[in-house]
Amino acid sequence: MKEESHLLPGGRILRYEFHERAVHWTVGLSYVYLLLTGLAFWSPWLFWIAVVLGGGTVVRDLHPWVGLIFSTGIVLMYRQWASQMHLTDADRTWAKALPLYIRNEDDKMPPADKFNGGQKQLFWGFLWCAIALLVSGVILWFTEYIPWNLRYLRYFAILVHPIAALLTIGLFMIHLYMALFLEGGANRSMLHGDVSMSWAQVFHRLWYDRVMGSSPARK
Amino acid sequence: MSQATLEIRAISGHSGPVPGAGVKREFDVCKVVDTSTCIGCKACEVACLEWNGLSFSQTVFDNSYQTMPNTEWNYWNLIKFNEHEREDGSLMLLMRKDQCMHCEEPGCLKACPADGAIVQYMNGIVDFQQDHCIGCGYCMSGCPFNIPKFSPQAKKVFKCTLCVDRVSEGLEPACIKSCPTGCLHFGTKDDMKDLAQRRAVQLREQSGFANAGVYDPAGVGGTHVIYVLHDLTNPEAYGGLPSNPTIPWTVKLWKSPLKWLGNLAMIAGLAGMAIHYLRFGPKTENILSDVPKKEVKG
Repeated sequence: MKEESHLLPGGRILRYEFHERAVHWTVGLSYVYLLLTGLAFWSPWLFWIAVVLGGGTVVRDLHPWVGLIFSTGIVLMYRQWASQMHLTDADRTWAKALPLYIRNEDDKMPPADKFNGGQKQLFWGFLWCAIALLVSGVILWFTEYIPWNLRYLRYFAILVHPIAALLTIGLFMIHLYMALFLEGGANRSMLHGDVSMSWAQVFHRLWYDRVMGSSPARK
Repeated sequence: MSQATLEIRAISGHSGPVPGAGVKREFDVCKVVDTSTCIGCKACEVACLEWNGLSFSQTVFDNSYQTMPNTEWNYWNLIKFNEHEREDGSLMLLMRKDQCMHCEEPGCLKACPADGAIVQYMNGIVDFQQDHCIGCGYCMSGCPFNIPKFSPQAKKVFKCTLCVDRVSEGLEPACIKSCPTGCLHFGTKDDMKDLAQRRAVQLREQSGFANAGVYDPAGVGGTHVIYVLHDLTNPEAYGGLPSNPTIPWTVKLWKSPLKWLGNLAMIAGLAGMAIHYLRFGPKTENILSDVPKKEVKG
């Protein structure tokens, strides 16, 4: 595994390189736009969002293009993080202790690597949903070019797109809630790249040990 | 509709019942297309273009009399030609005027996410309001008849209006006006159903078309354009008229259960986060007492 994390002056640890943060925020900001505009088309009660964002026509024009930005970001994210996201036995042990994690009893949690089991599941969930959203989204983008005898593609897309979007909303809610309200340290790390040693030790012990050189480097 | 208010409710000093009392005025309009008397002259195609101010489109020759393969965003009325071989080996040239069916339960309207882009009037006409259309094309997936068409220039969707502007002034649609054989009729739904049924009986009893009938598909709640077909058992032969049109099940699933489940799940998610925050609050890293204070150089 390529380990780019290292110690910084001042006793902090670099968790995310600049390019990692840039990709994350490309995906994140484009997702927020897609979420808001998608919700506008999801329910008449939320159509006002489209009005605020320039009107239904503008929003319908831009949504697919922003979707391409999002998809490109997801590809880059896959390239930079996929190798660190493989689920291991440590993750499965971690996942079994999820109730402890929910109750904030983090001192009793089994050690996690740079990404814990939940973060890894979030990554893969978003990836698969993004693939479904891209495929169905392209069909919805070019509905008029889908021949009538292939109309089942349209029917497929019109159902898959909202289902996949709803799944990402569930993931996104957890992700945003944890970043904004639960994990101040993680929030800062995605903005500035660095975390404190104690944060790393509490929440990502295996990664911390490796960075500190106190355990043999893994492949 | 204004005439409805002039129906007599009561008459002073009048012996006996009020004339016309209990007579119900029906506002549902309907177009009948009698495929057995259509001669394929395409006068209706021209009249449609003329009245709606559409220019003539490029025709596409495909070894038939048909003007083009399908209706287009600026060509709302198209006679579909099909050389149909009957069981006895003889040929029939089937001609069907294709246009919006003005469904009682319109799939386009159900699928549309834009406020006010598709309206259904009390008289049954389903009309697109391009001012409100956002060009998403969902109506094209909701329609079982392949009628709404996207205009790349306007980025809006268009289709037959049943000449709502003429009908609202008491006129019949332009296509009806132009038909030289009288195969097109326009009136109330009840009257037109009656007319169509009588023609179907005539075809069955006097013309040897044992399967003749009226196409008024129940899958979309009936339509405000109905066909008299020589063979009701094989509507597909008439240029791909679906035998049992319904709104696609994925559209129904998306608009009813999925929408409610999704909304509930999102609200539950928000509530869950609020409860979690109140109950457990933010995570803290200050739970270890033995954090090593390593000196870092560089």
